[in-house]
Amino acid sequence: MDSVAHRLSVVGAGAALELRGVTRLFGALAALTDVTLTVRPGERRAVLGSNGAGKTTLFNCITGDFPPTSGTIRFFGEDVTNFPPFERIRRGLRRTYQISALFPGLTVHDNVYLACCGVSRSRFSPFRPRGNDALMQSADDLVQAVHLTAVKERRVAELAHGQQRQLEIALALAGAPRFILFDEPAAGLSPTERSELVEILTALPGHIGYIIIEHDMDVALRVVESVTMMHNGRIFKEGPPQEIESDPEVQELYLGGGHDLGERYG
Amino acid sequence: MSITQNARLQPDNPAAVAPATGLTRTDFGNPAAWALAVILIIMPLIANGFFLIEIFGTTLILGVVALSLMFLAGYGGMVSLMQLTIAGLAGYMTAVLGASGNANISLGWPWWLATPMAIALATLFGTVGGALAVRTEGIYTIMITLAIASAFYYFTNQNWVIFNGHTGINSIVTPHFWGVDWRADIPFYYVILAVAVLCFGAVSYLVRTPFGLALQGVRDNPRRMAALGFNVNAHRVAAYAFASFVAALGGILQVWNYRQISPGSVGVERAIDILIIAVVGGITRPIGPFIGALIFVLLRTFTLDFLVAIGFDGNRFRLLIGLGFLVIVLFSPDGIVGLWERWRGRGEQGQTQPGGGRHG
Repeated sequence: MDSVAHRLSVVGAGAALELRGVTRLFGALAALTDVTLTVRPGERRAVLGSNGAGKTTLFNCITGDFPPTSGTIRFFGEDVTNFPPFERIRRGLRRTYQISALFPGLTVHDNVYLACCGVSRSRFSPFRPRGNDALMQSADDLVQAVHLTAVKERRVAELAHGQQRQLEIALALAGAPRFILFDEPAAGLSPTERSELVEILTALPGHIGYIIIEHDMDVALRVVESVTMMHNGRIFKEGPPQEIESDPEVQELYLGGGHDLGERYG
Repeated sequence: MSITQNARLQPDNPAAVAPATGLTRTDFGNPAAWALAVILIIMPLIANGFFLIEIFGTTLILGVVALSLMFLAGYGGMVSLMQLTIAGLAGYMTAVLGASGNANISLGWPWWLATPMAIALATLFGTVGGALAVRTEGIYTIMITLAIASAFYYFTNQNWVIFNGHTGINSIVTPHFWGVDWRADIPFYYVILAVAVLCFGAVSYLVRTPFGLALQGVRDNPRRMAALGFNVNAHRVAAYAFASFVAALGGILQVWNYRQISPGSVGVERAIDILIIAVVGGITRPIGPFIGALIFVLLRTFTLDFLVAIGFDGNRFRLLIGLGFLVIVLFSPDGIVGLWERWRGRGEQGQTQPGGGRHG
């Protein structure tokens, strides 16, 4: 008993993210059923699954947008199950949205600046920033990190879709992120933009772990070291990318049609 | 969803009004603004006592109260109908704590003690009301703040111990120091002007600070703001606190202006007037409420004579205001300011892009 308890506590303290028995019901519909998941600090993982598999609901439970119906969520050892979203964000959790959730009336720079304020103490500051303000500087750096310096004074409403997706990532990098949830960052991107995205993701500092939901296997499997497969709100397989890709059950459920077509016509 | 958006009184495209709130823009080069400033400063040379206080003074006072609504509605997406109630409470507290003709009620504190206390109490009241209202959105915020406004109206009507019931408090003593009667027309005009400029400047400054920028973020996408680490409700309550302070300043000026206050000054129809002023002027910019207030005061003052002259009941001036409100809301949801901006935008487009018309 002792050794089991000890091992559990070690796992708990060592994990960036630890979900135990997380279930989320929408009325009678179970969007997530008994999901248990452990992700190490710095680990990069893909969550794959067909539409309705519960991937985005999983993200919403982790960030606190919807509290889980049952189960616990720990973030770097701390039980955050009942925390409001902003408390989790202030502890280093970040997310991006499947459909860009930006501030279209503000400039690119002001969007990122806002994100920097949110995780700093000056979020209530009634004073305008000066030119040498540290947050203004870090906003500039982030804009550069996602290759948007050329359009930084443009209003977000005027940006191309691909640029908005890049900005979406910049907002998630503000402050000192420890773990990021990327919800389909490549949605609607051109092949060139996809490789740029892969570049941005692989350039992230090693201590920042993430979970990425991505339908494009070429993107997903190039930027992760482990894969979790979901189906009907349950996790049914976990493993390294090569193993998952070659797993017959996975191929049948998820990759099957696409790969056959690819071989036939490709 | 559409109800919420309509209730917020936001124009369809919030992006169209936002550039003015960026971090970098300044207005110092605008000659029209300088001309307006000079006219306001030398106004006592141009206008007689009636125009100075009854028209321009009253306009600025109503403008300050409506500005507090504009700040909440325009930048925070929260339509509060209790701004006049907060102003009214500040006025009542000035009368109760200070000196007035009702010696059995007024405590007779000197103005420099009574006024800050009145502002503090009204700000606290508005902040607590805001804390209740932020639990709701859109039309429900309007309902809660309307309920607070009408409850306060009935309370002042029925409470005799503090509010002196429906007769209210009369002959309120106004500040008199350094050998100046600050309620005399010209000094009072400058007091009003100073407060109005201060409030206008504070709002204009605040919307480009992290606090103001975040408030606009909360208006546009509260869920995303929470995902950026902002406590959305705390931000909204802070906005109510600031707006309550502005409204309280307006209420103090109001009670000094009329030297009396009664439930009629805080009635629901007066609260609606503030909403009309803000919407007619435009809630996208801090100048809007002042433009709306000027139109309102001019109509209220002069349509009476005009209507009587053409054979109608003078009290029908509200009919004209109502019609004007309908026309504005129908043709320009962002008020006079919006009309003016579109007109100016068309002019600029015509100058810089002669071919632009082909696309339209």
